[in-house]
Amino acid sequence: MRDVAIVSFAQAPNVRCETERNEVEMLMPVVAEALAASGIARGEIGFTVSGSCDYIAGQPFAFVSGIDAVGPWPPINESHVEMDGAFALYEAWLKIQSGEVDSALVYAFGKSSMGDIAEVLTLQLDPYTVAPLWPDAVSLAALQARVALDRSRVTERAMAEVAARSRRSAKANPNAQLRGDFDVDALLAEPYLVAPLRKHDCPPVTDGAAAVVLAAGELASRSCARPAWIRGIDHRIECHSLGARDLARSASTEIAGEKAGAFTGSFDVAELHAPFTHQELILCSALRMAPSVSVNPSGGALAANAVMVTGLIRLGEAAARIHAGDARRVLAHATSGPCLQQNLVCVMEA
Amino acid sequence: MSRSLQEAKHVLEYPYRRSVGPVLGRFFGALAEGRIEGVRTQTGHVLVPPQEYDPQTGEATGEPVAVASTGVVTAWAWVDRPRPKHPLANPFAWALVQLDGADTALLHVVDAGEMARMKTGMRVRARFRDERVGEIRDIACFEPEEAR
Repeated sequence: MRDVAIVSFAQAPNVRCETERNEVEMLMPVVAEALAASGIARGEIGFTVSGSCDYIAGQPFAFVSGIDAVGPWPPINESHVEMDGAFALYEAWLKIQSGEVDSALVYAFGKSSMGDIAEVLTLQLDPYTVAPLWPDAVSLAALQARVALDRSRVTERAMAEVAARSRRSAKANPNAQLRGDFDVDALLAEPYLVAPLRKHDCPPVTDGAAAVVLAAGELASRSCARPAWIRGIDHRIECHSLGARDLARSASTEIAGEKAGAFTGSFDVAELHAPFTHQELILCSALRMAPSVSVNPSGGALAANAVMVTGLIRLGEAAARIHAGDARRVLAHATSGPCLQQNLVCVMEA
Repeated sequence: MSRSLQEAKHVLEYPYRRSVGPVLGRFFGALAEGRIEGVRTQTGHVLVPPQEYDPQTGEATGEPVAVASTGVVTAWAWVDRPRPKHPLANPFAWALVQLDGADTALLHVVDAGEMARMKTGMRVRARFRDERVGEIRDIACFEPEEAR
């Protein structure tokens, strides 16, 4: 295996609705910032890969125009995944492992505000027996929360505590969208949105973009004073039939965590991609997270949730803790699909 | 001063005619007749809705199996304010319903009137539409078995 590291990370400020700039215009400064921080010239990047979703952009093959953000001339070695940028990063890591390239630019964009994101996400469901009923993303998450509550895996109070802690942590994150101090008892007095979820259990609607540069070996050491070396990365998916899955636990996270090395050694920071409060609790359980670990110091997906970008930001935020010298060993997680269907776990070290 | 617009309205709508395949084709055929059919896996489990492959083993599934139109709610979520596209216009519950004779649960809605009537483990019965065409919405909803 080659030693590969995240050497730089940049993100656009996460906002409720970016009215002035389109996706390319949001991405351009982010890509430029990530490249500049790496010191690797645009033309020297070996591979470029992006993550986005056409239904969010409302434009089939949206990545074809998204590529304008990186200035693909002369023609570049490029790929795209119709997934969160975290899964694009996995492809970039594989490409570097293959020995074909030594560096990669990974970017993601998502303007969730342009449509009705909770209904857009319905389109990823089984088109025969599920999607025609139009269960929205909040409703499906609520069903999962019910299973976790019924099995005593979570409590409504613990869920509210996740919301309060996330938005309190986000006060230290200038790129977060939803931040502040919330009283848990006051949150629990709020009405249900889709019971058993209240508004605070759900993520905000967010527009955002992010970019990461990966580099191997010597190049990584030259590109970054303190590279975040990827020591393990794995992702696993569960079947699509919601009624055939155990929604109270995350079997795919458990396996990805095992393969990525999440169960050896300790972590200073964990950035978990949990758009709903109960999902953070399910993930912490799946990853056997010790109480000493600082979970989502950025505020996580509950403070900013640009769909298709949020997972890549978890990897970037975790790596940035190492870059800054604030952490030695970190864990990052990204998810995709309804009710934590697919999960990626990445372990990084200084 | 020159004008600059900030938004362009964009409606994306494509009709499709998808193939359902023989496994779902049979399921929808049964729904059109007001019955529910699952499929048996090689390990003997009954999947409803049916799948072409056993999600536990990846093996192809076998023969169709009739299951009941009644079952148990294994999970539910209450919607006070339905969205326009939701199957019911009045407050309702999303539910995973494990039909009698099935080993997996079907996602559908329960028309229970009020949240207080919902609980995990409650029994429900499918209410079929009068005019059925062979699709999941031929089941209009589920209803609590116990009368109000």
